[in-house]
Amino acid sequence: MLSRTADHLFWMARYMERAENTARMLDVNYQMSLLPQSADEAEQGWRGVLGISELTGLFNERYPACDGRNVMDFMVRDADNLSSIVCCLSAARENARAVRGALTTEVWETTNQTWLEFNRLLSRNDFQRDPSTLFEWVKFRSHLSRGVTVGTMLQDEALHFLRLGTFLERADNTARLLDVKFQSLAGDYFGHGAAQTQQQGRDNLEIDFYHWSAVLRSVSGFEVYRKVYRNVIRPDKVAELLILRPDMPRSLAACMNALMTNLQYVANAQSGETLRRAGRLQSDLQYGRIDEILATGLHAYLTQFLDRVGDLGVGISRDFLVPMAA
Amino acid sequence: MPAPIFDEMNSAPGVVREHYAAYARWLAAQPVEVMRSRREEAELIFRRVGITFAVYGAKDEDGAGTERLIPFDLIPRVIPAQEWRDLKLGLVQRVTALNRFIHDVYHGQEILKAGVVPAEQVLRNAQFRPEMAGVDVPGGVYSHISGVDIVRAGNPDGSGTYYVLEDNLRVPSGVSYMLENRKMTMRLFPELFAQQRVAPVAHYPDLLLDTLRQVAPASANDPVVCVLTPGMYNSAYFEHAFLAQQMGVELVEGKDLFVRDGFVFMRTTQGPRRVDVIYRRVDDDFLDPKAFRPDSTLGCAGLLDVYRAGNVTLANAIGTGIADDKSIYPYVPKMIEFYLGEKPLLANVPTYQCRAPDDLKYVLDHMHELVVKEVHGAGGYGMLVGPAATRAEVDEFRAVVRARPDNYIAQPTLSLSTCPTFVESGIAPRHIDLRPYVLSGRSVQTVPGGLTRVALKEGSLVVNSSQGGGTKDTWVLEN
Repeated sequence: MLSRTADHLFWMARYMERAENTARMLDVNYQMSLLPQSADEAEQGWRGVLGISELTGLFNERYPACDGRNVMDFMVRDADNLSSIVCCLSAARENARAVRGALTTEVWETTNQTWLEFNRLLSRNDFQRDPSTLFEWVKFRSHLSRGVTVGTMLQDEALHFLRLGTFLERADNTARLLDVKFQSLAGDYFGHGAAQTQQQGRDNLEIDFYHWSAVLRSVSGFEVYRKVYRNVIRPDKVAELLILRPDMPRSLAACMNALMTNLQYVANAQSGETLRRAGRLQSDLQYGRIDEILATGLHAYLTQFLDRVGDLGVGISRDFLVPMAA
Repeated sequence: MPAPIFDEMNSAPGVVREHYAAYARWLAAQPVEVMRSRREEAELIFRRVGITFAVYGAKDEDGAGTERLIPFDLIPRVIPAQEWRDLKLGLVQRVTALNRFIHDVYHGQEILKAGVVPAEQVLRNAQFRPEMAGVDVPGGVYSHISGVDIVRAGNPDGSGTYYVLEDNLRVPSGVSYMLENRKMTMRLFPELFAQQRVAPVAHYPDLLLDTLRQVAPASANDPVVCVLTPGMYNSAYFEHAFLAQQMGVELVEGKDLFVRDGFVFMRTTQGPRRVDVIYRRVDDDFLDPKAFRPDSTLGCAGLLDVYRAGNVTLANAIGTGIADDKSIYPYVPKMIEFYLGEKPLLANVPTYQCRAPDDLKYVLDHMHELVVKEVHGAGGYGMLVGPAATRAEVDEFRAVVRARPDNYIAQPTLSLSTCPTFVESGIAPRHIDLRPYVLSGRSVQTVPGGLTRVALKEGSLVVNSSQGGGTKDTWVLEN
């Protein structure tokens, strides 16, 4: 496969995945904002959204106040914000258009239709009245896109590069979400061990419930949590589910397993080092324990994870995607 | 008294030609609202499929870039079986002779020595590529994909005659619309195909791939074919991607290719891979910055050397423009006689060459009734349609022609045949042409029909998509 084609496929999948994760995150924040809370708490929630994507600076330049309306505008339809959903869907579509010959007709048409339809939805201008419907729609289109990809594409390099993009992006997004959500509520208390949780009063437990169930819902993990742990929602278990459980589709472990599988399929003469690093990250997750991770501090752990994922992205790009010298 | 306009469906008002009878009955039973909603459906589907083209300098009202749809008309152009058989023989004959001509002008130049085509008109033509002199190409085929534009004009007795308007031998486009139009008609009106036997066209990409593999260098035993596109912002990008996908070959851009050790390679995720046949949709001038335009980023440096050494095949060959140039067009019937010893089966439009003083005088005196064309022009640009032009426009063009007579030819304004077309006011006749696609490898092949273009503006004779033209599905009936 052409390196340029692989590059477009990789980024097409990344942008689609990013659009979905942004929609998930915004939806959860929007739902949270409907619960009784102080203005400060509300603002903190929206600040978290910006922090996840490292967009606080750009946002502050462009908007006077950090409220739901502005943040959602910024993250959904602001063409100057390259991480907004509209930009992600447009970039996914442009990448698909550049290699539409490498995609099945169904995959291309789904991607193109998503972009056309999204613009039509935005131009109706009522998403602020009912943002959840739009977010649901974005998630649904991403599900559709993934289903059409897996259901119609030949299982060759093209599919593998698409999958690489999906899982690398998802690993990154899940880690960011966890990082911000743990920081915003818990400070660094995970560094002090989980025993404190039991000593907290009823009020805090209630806040906890809504906070952690929102985090879970944002990765479609609420029902999964109940099924796996059959217990009340506890932050350390939430972290374990989203970091270490290989059977949880959006966990870091699951992403790394899938990434590794696809990386092995496409391996070439120069990708040995990237493969080694990916394998190492995969084993760290496979043999890791949540109490160890929490003892060293979740924030430090996730920061390091994000660095290593970023490094894998660079490696994949160097080994496969950037045209080699003649 | 001008000849009557030939209508493809009706031989006289209310009298339907035999081959259209079944369709006309069906059409008469369709309520206008149904047709209108089918047309909207077609537009939605074309948008979703992304069958769009880029218009230079245009911008969509919703800011969605410069992508436009080519209007698709619901009413097909129908060609009876026998008519197509005759057309096909004429096309094969013509393209065969044109390929012989290109080979000849880059080798022995027998036709010039015989004085059949004036030597200076070939050798001093900007389309003549001295780089190709003495270069042997596989099978002696230069124009692997030819798009021959054909029109039908009415005669005084009410019959019609097909004329070849021009031969497109460089990078003719539009075949994807032929294929998509058929898909669309089958989707919108499946019942029509159950009623009538319409010859299928969907195997075109298969024929194309077969043709391209046939002309691979002899050294390639399982030839690697690719399609070279200028990129996704080219107006025909959809077609390039479509054909590559349908053939299952890579769609490459210039930057994906490089030359090493006398061969062309593409950069892949598994390292360099040799390329044997390039179906290039990039003009000669941009193919190789080392040989042609040095500022071109669309080509591949060193490609010409590899090509001349016979280590890669380009389709179409470099230098085919010498045979489809409008100043060479008048000689095609003579070429057919010269190379094949046959009478031409397809007629040429009578052509005045302004380089000849007598012709020039006639053209200047009769400009208001002629179509005047720039010799190297294409796409409906650089031409004057005398009867439709204002007095001032005619005067202006007269000055232009007088200044550079050898740059122009002129032809009588043919009354292109019409076909009923679904327009805002209902069903009305509009002028059409036909572009069949002719594939030349070891043999010369076509798929039945081609692309029918239609001038949607009432009375207009310009069918180019860049000038408000649309397209129709083209049916060849089997009997």
